[in-house]
Amino acid sequence: MQTYTDILIIGAGVVGCAAARALSLRTKADILVVERAGDVAEGASKANSGIVHAGFDAHPGSEKARLNVLGARMYPALCAELQVPFRACGALVVAFDEADRATVENLLAQGQANGVPGLRIVEREELLRMEPNLNPAAVCALEAPTSAIVSPYELVFALADHAALNGTEFRFDTEVLGLTQTESGWLAHTAEGDIACRCVLNCAGIDSARLHNQVSADKRHLTARRGQYDVLDHPETPPFSRTIFQCPTKMGKGVLVTPTVHGNVLLGPTAEDIPDGLDVATTAEGLADVFAKAKLTWPGVSLRTAVTNFSGIRAHEDRGDFLVGRTAPHCWEAVGVESPGLTSAPAIAEELAAAILADEAFPAKPREETAAPYRRAKPFNEMTAEEQAEAVRKDPLNGQLICRCEVVTEAEIRAAIRRPVGARTVDGVKRRCRAGMGRCQGGFCAPRVVDILAEELGLPKTAITKGSGESRMLVGEI
Amino acid sequence: MSEIDKVRKDLVIIGGGPAGLAAGIAAREAGVEDLVILEREDEAGGILRQCIHNGFGLHRYGEELTGPEYAARDIAKAEELGLDVRCGTTVLSVDGEKRVTAVSKKDGLQVYEAGAVILAMGCRERPRGALGTPGTRCAGIYTAGAAQKFVNMEGLMPGRRVVILGSGDIGLIMARRMTLQGAKVLACVELMPYSSGLNRNIVQCLEDYGIPLYLSHTVTEVRGRERLEGVTVQQVDAARKPIPGTEINFDCDTLLLSVGLIPENELSQRMGVALSPVTSGAVVDDTLQTSVPGVFACGNVLHVHDLVDFVSDESFRAGKAAAAYLRGEKAEGLTVAVLDGDGVRGVVPQRLHPDGDVTLMFRPAGVVRNAAVTVKSGGRELARKRQMIFTPGEMVALTVKKEQLAGVTDDITVSLEVSGK
Amino acid sequence: MSERIITCINCPMGCRMTVTQDETGAVVSVTGNTCKRGDTYARQEVTAPVRMVTAVVKVEGSGVPVSVKTREPIPKAEIPACMAALRSLRPRAPIRAGEVVLADVCGTGVDVIATRSVG
Repeated sequence: MQTYTDILIIGAGVVGCAAARALSLRTKADILVVERAGDVAEGASKANSGIVHAGFDAHPGSEKARLNVLGARMYPALCAELQVPFRACGALVVAFDEADRATVENLLAQGQANGVPGLRIVEREELLRMEPNLNPAAVCALEAPTSAIVSPYELVFALADHAALNGTEFRFDTEVLGLTQTESGWLAHTAEGDIACRCVLNCAGIDSARLHNQVSADKRHLTARRGQYDVLDHPETPPFSRTIFQCPTKMGKGVLVTPTVHGNVLLGPTAEDIPDGLDVATTAEGLADVFAKAKLTWPGVSLRTAVTNFSGIRAHEDRGDFLVGRTAPHCWEAVGVESPGLTSAPAIAEELAAAILADEAFPAKPREETAAPYRRAKPFNEMTAEEQAEAVRKDPLNGQLICRCEVVTEAEIRAAIRRPVGARTVDGVKRRCRAGMGRCQGGFCAPRVVDILAEELGLPKTAITKGSGESRMLVGEI
Repeated sequence: MSEIDKVRKDLVIIGGGPAGLAAGIAAREAGVEDLVILEREDEAGGILRQCIHNGFGLHRYGEELTGPEYAARDIAKAEELGLDVRCGTTVLSVDGEKRVTAVSKKDGLQVYEAGAVILAMGCRERPRGALGTPGTRCAGIYTAGAAQKFVNMEGLMPGRRVVILGSGDIGLIMARRMTLQGAKVLACVELMPYSSGLNRNIVQCLEDYGIPLYLSHTVTEVRGRERLEGVTVQQVDAARKPIPGTEINFDCDTLLLSVGLIPENELSQRMGVALSPVTSGAVVDDTLQTSVPGVFACGNVLHVHDLVDFVSDESFRAGKAAAAYLRGEKAEGLTVAVLDGDGVRGVVPQRLHPDGDVTLMFRPAGVVRNAAVTVKSGGRELARKRQMIFTPGEMVALTVKKEQLAGVTDDITVSLEVSGK
Repeated sequence: MSERIITCINCPMGCRMTVTQDETGAVVSVTGNTCKRGDTYARQEVTAPVRMVTAVVKVEGSGVPVSVKTREPIPKAEIPACMAALRSLRPRAPIRAGEVVLADVCGTGVDVIATRSVG
């Protein structure tokens, strides 16, 4: 079976979905996003720190620095428009000795060169007033008031939904095995047949170098750099109101302690180079390392309220910078998008969309009228009692609580499945509406979520999976 | 903005499992007419509904019932008494003024303004995340209770080759259930050097089916990208750290967790009820009243029990105490603290009025043979009970008589003393 | 003569008892028990062990299965046959708790009854 599309986007992570949205808002050309996994945001986009970085980390003059600062500026409006949880909580990079102080002062200079607003050094006394749970051994810190937190996968869901509402098609469980140039564009080979397109955009994350090297003489190599995290349940009072970084090392930004937009506390990540880019296992050593380093920031840290641990893979390009732009005629790419990739994604997407639409081979089909973003109902958990009463009156399924830990209703679970790029798996439901995200980790609600998925998708319960592929929840009937 | 439906109730009971039902029955029999039981599931009975095995009710009825049968008796009694049990109703919050906000499909959002509240929300299972077990986050890892719900309530099999982590009773029961339904249970793995399950369950759920029990072992790695493919089990040392070189690999598609139960006290905590760090339940006095006047707690939300019979018994007391509170009979006078002594964890109640019979319950901190529970105050021994063995898996109950408590003004300490001392 | 080690199930002591049987299977001695209940249990367990069987059975005309139990304990050796019989059983809804879903399972003389109502 051969498919034709005008623009083929490979990879439904944050870059692919942001690019799909940016393109779909400007052109009526056909856009197809293909994704190896069973949902959007299944790679690095779902498993990262969820930080919108202020932009002081990257070397001035690098693509990382430029796109970070541009992307960070786009976030507040983008998240407001797409109803994505976002909070400009600010960040501190803490120095624990005089060597660290030098690093922090360097970061200040670097950040100022990159055009990051509001940076300053905070001395110990003020620092401990700002964050009383911080290790009193801290000597000073760099404060970055524009640093923010975001729900990374919810951003991707919103981007994908908005793209879909503007005509973008998504195809999951489809891996692009290779690319061949043709007279009229490109042919992407998949196990389910070829996809012909006028132009192709490679946003394949950890797999993007493979596709790059097929079409470019400038060979590149990605190292899979794993980061492990611990997630703590939402405490009554958060231990820190800002994201707390330690001083960066050559492997990355180090272990952070941060509140999340949903009130959890996130500890991590490690930075380990591993051979397999799909190996998202956590390890005893890695988790011990996270805990030990988090303890330096937060002496009172305890894993008693841990709800889960996870790891994500950063696609580290060996020369250390993003590779964003044209690879070959009518072939574009975003390769090596590791941190600050999430922050940079909206800017990367805008630049790629503009470049693709300027391609002379591209049919000009400007879109005059665009569909508004998908509007999801306010989460039941965040409503006032009056709003909750009204919500149940409008839809009695709001009166049926399914997830008790995160307070998620049946109506919300059905909406998560029915939205434009809807959930098709238990994890897909979890990330879209938080059912199963809480302290019991789906112990109570998973059977109900399986029932609802089966009903909504018209599948037997035994066909429902946790995530991608053959991750079946059940093996059969008694 | 729409109005919120406000309902005035003398007594609101949160939870319609064995604790809530027994509390409701006792309160009605003690004269409380205006009460409601709020249950989030579609039927009352709580976790008993999925506990289809027998062994319930020996103490209370002198016969062995299955979970559904035990629950059915309380439900029938509640119906006979005309109790208002609202199923499909989830409590969202309770405030310090005893205003209970609940939601259901049928009644929408309602605020019950209660004269008294009984907390009977039960407990939940510790999930994998709380253990920090490293590895992948594949499908096929369930708490024993979630697997029990799939098999017993829906007739669905969560897996075919199973390893069970934790030898609590639910884990043991599920080892047998999965085996009887055609699965192969490869091992039951217990971190501690002893099982917290009943001997009867070790014999009848593991030994009967040749399922090996690995004591002082734990699961140290979980493998499988999509569905679970295997786990690594390792022996642990006295500090419960895995010992290198003792790895055993099991090829399995399912890992069931039976690694502890946690009282579900999020509502209690948010309304300002003081909790005990030892039991994770409310701090109560001998009337089972919490630190918030007029709010009582009973059953597994107070402390995790082994036997439903004792849950029912405790909950009858809570129901009666709430009725007395509503009649204006406030427990008055001096209270003394009840403290955990040597070898004792989590005595309930934590405070008492020394003017009536009081049942003290606790768990031994470790396995102790030939020992006695002692209850002492101000250097005086009030009560003593000898037992050939004490294990953490078996809760100890000891009733101290009114006469024994007479004249007590100092803190009471409950300890385990090895005999011969 | 043969010996079997049995764990007592009567209390948390979990006594490890040694039961000695002669060639005919008759119990010659029980040692290792702490009390009389252990002795009784050990003799029963080596000569005629019995178990209650509880399970769930799919129901014709209902999405949920019915939970069942043997009304009395049955010989332990009959458990696999009992489970096989229950697996092929398809009682029709409605079923009331206490109703017999399978009479005289495997010729044991014991009925299997529903422990909850379905449909």
